[in-house]
Amino acid sequence: MIDTTRSKDAQALQAAAGNAATPEAASPPVVPPAGAVETRSQWSDVWRQFRSHKGAMVALVIFLSIILFVSVGPLIWTVDPTYVDIRARNSGFSLAHPLGTDQLGRDLLARLMAGGQVSIAVGLTAMLIAIFLGSLIGVTSGYFRRLDAPLMRLTELFLALPLLPLLLLMVTLFREPLSQNFGTAFGIFLLIVSAIGATSWMQAARIVRGEVLGLKEREFILAAKSIGTPAHRMILRHILPNVLSPIMVAATLGIATAIITESALSFLGLGFPPDFPTWGRLLYDAVDQMVLYPWRVIFPGVLISLTVLCVNYIGDGLRDAMDPRIRGR
Amino acid sequence: MLSFTIRRLLLAIPTLLFISLVIFLLLEASPGDPLGDVPLTVPPEVRERMRAALGLGEPWPVRYLLWLKQFFWVEPLYWLDQAFGTDLSQGMQRIISFQSRSPVFDVIAQRLPQTLIVVGMSYLVGILIAIPIGIISAYRQYSWFDQIGTFVSMIGFSMPTFFTGVVLIIIFAVNLQWFPSVYDTTLKVTDWDSFWQQARQMVMPVTVLALYNAAQISRFMRSSMLDNLGQDYVRTARAKGLSERVVVLKHVLRNSLIPVITVIALGLPAVFGGAIITEQVFKVNGLGQLLISSIHANDIPMVLTLTFIFAILIVAFTLIADILYGVLDPRIRYD
Repeated sequence: MIDTTRSKDAQALQAAAGNAATPEAASPPVVPPAGAVETRSQWSDVWRQFRSHKGAMVALVIFLSIILFVSVGPLIWTVDPTYVDIRARNSGFSLAHPLGTDQLGRDLLARLMAGGQVSIAVGLTAMLIAIFLGSLIGVTSGYFRRLDAPLMRLTELFLALPLLPLLLLMVTLFREPLSQNFGTAFGIFLLIVSAIGATSWMQAARIVRGEVLGLKEREFILAAKSIGTPAHRMILRHILPNVLSPIMVAATLGIATAIITESALSFLGLGFPPDFPTWGRLLYDAVDQMVLYPWRVIFPGVLISLTVLCVNYIGDGLRDAMDPRIRGR
Repeated sequence: MLSFTIRRLLLAIPTLLFISLVIFLLLEASPGDPLGDVPLTVPPEVRERMRAALGLGEPWPVRYLLWLKQFFWVEPLYWLDQAFGTDLSQGMQRIISFQSRSPVFDVIAQRLPQTLIVVGMSYLVGILIAIPIGIISAYRQYSWFDQIGTFVSMIGFSMPTFFTGVVLIIIFAVNLQWFPSVYDTTLKVTDWDSFWQQARQMVMPVTVLALYNAAQISRFMRSSMLDNLGQDYVRTARAKGLSERVVVLKHVLRNSLIPVITVIALGLPAVFGGAIITEQVFKVNGLGQLLISSIHANDIPMVLTLTFIFAILIVAFTLIADILYGVLDPRIRYD
């Protein structure tokens, strides 16, 4: 409130100074604060709109609790997920093992937490790689006309590849050399993450390219160009911030796809090694005994589905919140 | 339109050649050895002869060109011979699988029917479920039907097929014992009894895949219907007194189906190759299962040929989808 009155005073002062028409009086111009009533940045607007999407808010809460479960959980439940207690194998729900144990007596709750860490880490990293590649290719092909045709041919080429078979192929063929060079766990992680990232950037690239092509026709780009802004600053300062919202939506949905792909690879037995649990791997290991111990299949499966469902809902809400045509209604 | 089609067809040739080269080089770079299972007691010169017999002695460009020739020249000639009783392919070597030592295409022909029946049926069922759901949810936007439909389809494509499949097996095969959990590919449909058996074993894999497909297609159908329902021509149609039924089912539906049909066409290649995971869950002896087993066995010709066939299908159906879009929607001009 004080701000408003002060800015009004300033305006009145300026007007008076203008009337006096003395150049000395107007020389230190008093700039009134821009958002006089209440500062509403773009992001607070997006957040306001996002909050009104009920499904997305519920999904966000559940997703955050899943992340808490896998990140803080192991600090509270300190059982080693790889500790083999063969005498306690296949035990049911008990105080010592709230979710039971597997066929080697490893605690299922601890394994779910550890597996979730890997699954979510894979999802996030693969998404980051895919989004980085996608925005890089999308922005360059949209901004530099000469590179447009070859890069789009490349994108179409990648879209024509049979992705799941190729992923299977890559993972099978290169798991040995990579796990020898980087250690089993990290080598496989690197392999899976880069394989998923390298095969899922195409949609993002296409969306970003379309947005950039549209942006290039706008006046502020022309203005920036006319004062001689070099290409790299042009892209970083003017293009990228304006294509951020489609990139963020694509990123959110990319996490979901990456998590599903990783668990599918694990389910086909081509993912992480057995002593390195992920949700997909836990499910795969439990399928052999699903008749006797169905919950061992259900828990990791529900966690995968729930995470993906939440991420999809968040992406949906984000898309609605960031679309200026819908926002503010 | 014709020139567009021809241009795209010509462009498809280098694309496919490049893809085949990528797959070939990927397999070439692999450290796996097809002779890895041969015991160490086999003397080195015999081992060398075995390598030569598998065609591994030559440098890779020669082998790649040989494979291309076999794929694009020998195999079609062989099919011609089969069809017309000629002997054009006399003395030419077909693509032979390392694993089974039989021609790759014969093995594929054995596996194709199972895949087509199960996956094709599921796609059909998925479409048949998805279109009415999409229509109703768009027509009654934000009604309880729409809300539930949105939620169910969100779940449908968030639940991975290996989880839905396993859950269905636990419920319907283990607990209720309604359906068999393993798909028996040796079953021959001869009478009503075996037909009933076939139908029962198809229920679960078809349901799993149909749910997944329906979830995606119904979303497309809904948003396409919503786009069209707000158009001016709909208001005009209502204003001239057409019944609601005619407006929605004749005017809006036809126009909304255009993008949906292209989406369906784009999804078709997955019908042939895709259901790798579902086939694995229900032990359907189809193409996906064949791919997995030949990857595990380092069967390079089989993997190469199968993956390349999938690539051809993807390229072909992308082209078909583009052409269909142009044919169905006269506003789209490619030239």
